[in-house]
Amino acid sequence: MTPTSVTSAAFDEAPLVARAKAGDSAAFSELVSHYERKIFRLAKNITRHDEDAEDVLQEAFIKAYEHLDRFEGNSKFYTWLVRIAVNEALMKLRKRKTDKTVSLDEPLDAGEDLMQREIAVWDDNPEQQYSGEEMKKILEDALDTLKPDFRTVFTLRDIEELSTEETADALGISVAAVKSRLLRARLALREKLTRQFKRKGGNAFDFM
Amino acid sequence: MISCKEFLTELSDFLDDLIDPAMKKHWQEHVNECPNCFVIVDTTKKTMQVYKGMQEQEVPTDIKSRLMQALEKKMAARKPAQQ
Repeated sequence: MTPTSVTSAAFDEAPLVARAKAGDSAAFSELVSHYERKIFRLAKNITRHDEDAEDVLQEAFIKAYEHLDRFEGNSKFYTWLVRIAVNEALMKLRKRKTDKTVSLDEPLDAGEDLMQREIAVWDDNPEQQYSGEEMKKILEDALDTLKPDFRTVFTLRDIEELSTEETADALGISVAAVKSRLLRARLALREKLTRQFKRKGGNAFDFM
Repeated sequence: MISCKEFLTELSDFLDDLIDPAMKKHWQEHVNECPNCFVIVDTTKKTMQVYKGMQEQEVPTDIKSRLMQALEKKMAARKPAQQ
């Protein structure tokens, strides 16, 4: 069997899913190799906890394996897998209760909290002014400040790039709730990052 | 007269192109004339871009091997003798 390139942009999961469903565990392992990084990233971003993220990774793939016969192919296998992983991650959050605000069924906010305080242009190319590690830390710290339900929606929509409908489906909430949380998450992160990345006024050599 | 507050509630749909073209044009005119909304649109776009650029990392090898072990156990349990 030729190993499937995990970096291939045009990854076609369907044949592997069909083989895995027919009992080919090597095919399932290939699906794992292909998606493990995405699922791990998602688990880390939602739980913000290393051990929990590992548990989520394991439990998501084990559940997917055990329930593969229930996957009917109406959605992509990946979307189905994300839904399982998100459920596991949310359960971890609820158990840990580090935040009091884990409910995904909260009523929509009225829209009064959209006020933007930090309105400033950014330095050009902030990505080039920080090392990869520094940048990662900045982005993760900003994510940490979001309420879990906002963070989860943002992770699915803007990091994992699921559609609004797929996100709503994965979380069992309405499209309107996804949109409302996404907007608030984006604006909150925009403010945090603006504090970090805003162009310093006046003399560019002030720091010297 | 469009209020900035009204625009903010539509910002996500505006950025995701989930509004009809006439509405998009309407808001774009506002954005071009309103320095605050212009900056908010620009920095929100950049926020989305930096997160999209967040690299997937390799799963650490110890975590990966524990994952494969757990899966292999399930696979072995599932499969009756198979050549």
